Amino acid sequence: MKPKDTAEHYILSSSPHAHANASVSRIMLDVIIALLPTTAMGIYFFGMPAVWTIAVCVSTCIVTEALCRMAMKRESTIGDLSAVLTGLLLALNLPAGIPLWMAAVGSVFAIAIAKQVFGGLGMNPFNPALAARAFMLISFTGPMTTWLKPFWWKTPEAATTATPLAVMKTWFVAEATASASPHGLCNAACKGVPSLCDMLVGNMPGCIGEVSAAALAIGAVYLLWRKVITWHIPVAFIATVFVYSLIAGGAPAMMQVLTGGVMIGACFMATDYVTSPITAKGKLIFGFGCGLLCMLIRQFGSYPEGCSFAILIMNALCPLVNRWTQPKPFGAK
Amino acid sequence: MKTVKSPFHFKGGVHPDYNKELARDKAIEKLPLPAELVVSMSQHLGAPAKCLVKPGDFVKRGQVIGEKNGFISVCVRAPADGKVKAVEKRLGPAGGKADAVVLDTTATPEPAPDANSPTPPPTNSPTPILPPLDWKTATREELLKRVEEAGICGMGGAGFPTSVKLNPPPGKRCEYLVLNGAECEPYLTADFRVMLERADRIRLGVEIMRKILGGPAVRIAIEANKPEAIAAMEKAFADIDGNVEIVVLPVLYPQGSEKHQIYATVGRVVPEPPALPIDVGCVVENVGTVAAIADAVEKGEPLLERVTTVSGDAVVEPKNILAPSGTKYADLVAFCGGEKEPPAKVISGGTMMGFAVSTLEIGTTKTTSGLLLLSKKKVFQYASGACINCGRCLRACPMNLNPALISKAVDANDIKAAEDASVMDCIECGACSFGCPAYRTITQSCRRAKNSIRARIAAEKAKAQAAKNS
Repeated sequence: MKPKDTAEHYILSSSPHAHANASVSRIMLDVIIALLPTTAMGIYFFGMPAVWTIAVCVSTCIVTEALCRMAMKRESTIGDLSAVLTGLLLALNLPAGIPLWMAAVGSVFAIAIAKQVFGGLGMNPFNPALAARAFMLISFTGPMTTWLKPFWWKTPEAATTATPLAVMKTWFVAEATASASPHGLCNAACKGVPSLCDMLVGNMPGCIGEVSAAALAIGAVYLLWRKVITWHIPVAFIATVFVYSLIAGGAPAMMQVLTGGVMIGACFMATDYVTSPITAKGKLIFGFGCGLLCMLIRQFGSYPEGCSFAILIMNALCPLVNRWTQPKPFGAK
Repeated sequence: MKTVKSPFHFKGGVHPDYNKELARDKAIEKLPLPAELVVSMSQHLGAPAKCLVKPGDFVKRGQVIGEKNGFISVCVRAPADGKVKAVEKRLGPAGGKADAVVLDTTATPEPAPDANSPTPPPTNSPTPILPPLDWKTATREELLKRVEEAGICGMGGAGFPTSVKLNPPPGKRCEYLVLNGAECEPYLTADFRVMLERADRIRLGVEIMRKILGGPAVRIAIEANKPEAIAAMEKAFADIDGNVEIVVLPVLYPQGSEKHQIYATVGRVVPEPPALPIDVGCVVENVGTVAAIADAVEKGEPLLERVTTVSGDAVVEPKNILAPSGTKYADLVAFCGGEKEPPAKVISGGTMMGFAVSTLEIGTTKTTSGLLLLSKKKVFQYASGACINCGRCLRACPMNLNPALISKAVDANDIKAAEDASVMDCIECGACSFGCPAYRTITQSCRRAKNSIRARIAAEKAKAQAAKNS
């Protein structure tokens, strides 16, 4: 429908005739911008392997998206930047040392299986990046749980290590057997975990984009300021993790929040529009569920980290949560 | 009388570009009588008026040419002297066709062709059309009848018959009369100018309405971006007695929506349809309507003309024009110096709820508050994408609906699901579509669902009636 230049052929459309000029690609771009600080920190700590992982994931996602749309005989959707964002998010959720072909396979899975087979953007029930991460964790368990130390090139004798979460997991057990609480970072049991300061900055082993809590927080503030996300999911998620660990004991609550995928999960993965509830109340329930499941897996599951699985399970419950929390019309009884 | 800030804030709403500076400082100008008027029989909400004239008839200014046809209906009077050229279906702003009287205002009256035609020769005499009434001595019934015979309907947009609104059904009492001076639609400044230039008429109208309604408290609602209008109202109402307040509303679209205005001014919530404002003791009237009531009573002048804002970036000089109903859009545009560039879109009303029209040959009605000519730059072209569930529409919806759900349901042709999501509560304000990053036509989907549901209900009623009759 193109405007014609003749005076008597005006464009006809249903109101409104004004638009706020928001666009999907601008929203995606905002999320990408918000991820830049943590991306930079990941590259700072893990070096070139991080760069390569990000490059492979992003480019594979774009190519896969283009091929899928061609195969489906639908218009290209690369321009909406959602494939770029999925690639970046997946890379940020991978250990830096992962073989690049595995990162590529994961990226294909994210776009082709987790997103396009459902019809593309807006139709996928699960967060594509997290679905791919779960797929890779099962398919490539070893490489997916091998973590480079920050600045690993300076300590070539042992470049890889366990994450703080693996150490912290043992504390739940310790808690159950000994009455002495390991709360407090100076406790003997704290050996093997970084200081709070290191956790904030991200000077610890972990996925490329999850280590720097401070950088993630900066990104989250940007998204809140740009009104891309609302506070409900991150606050509910993080508060639940915090309160759960206060009650359940084990590692100090701040450590539970700052390590693993909680920060990136709460601010960037669980807030994915398509796979999270649309209502404010629904978002609170969703965030609470993510936090609770995450901690249950950390305490009782066989994996040290439960953040991805928690979000994926809540993704599945999202339609139900939406149904529970339908808004009541203004004036309805 | 005092001025207060609105203490109640409704949920949702959006901030479109207001673009009011184009016409806000333009004093109301009277349009010279156009040579031809297209006077619709359907200028109001409800049943169209029944046309009383035929081609060839001469009519006098103020003569009833369309008879009130039902309870929810108003009469139509000739806006000027002239000869009836044609009575035919003409395109209205909303796209449908309705009976209209085409008046040739230049025709000189011939001597009455035969004794059966009593039509007197038209003269633009200053004698009042209806006998002026002294509102202080007139009875409530006389005043109400005057509002009805003056053909007054709500001039804010919906065109609900005013005499019906001012006559609450037995058992219901009006406690608050709310004057709607919000004018939250972008571009429009007609109400603003009326508040500035006709403040005394509004004051008189309020006093008459208070009498008709049995002395309700009065709330004059004006958005904070119109300080001059607030000052004009403060001056006009300074010495009025009784419970009268000017309520300054935050600038937020759709502040002018009846339900939201009632909430913003008196904190009451109108229940779901079919409930009306009177069910919570409120009557809302547009400021222009109130001025029209004053003219009808004091001067005996029916509602024959109104102020219309002609604006937009494709018109040479935006203006606020006092024009007779039935003035063709082309005449309004010509009075504004014509088109600066070919408009890509012409809108009858404002940009949020107005109707895009296909031609300038449409006549204005009692509810034509604006005519916008927008160039290509101001007209957005879109390709709707898939909903990404971002929730902007949900947060923007002043009715607290889930527009995303409704639009997806309508896409799937699942009207039942849309109905379950309370689509009938939708006021079609356009806030959802306005902010949608996927450029989905959510408001249009809501309209589609509402029309289907209304059609279904009508069909069910007809079926039940038929079963009863057989």
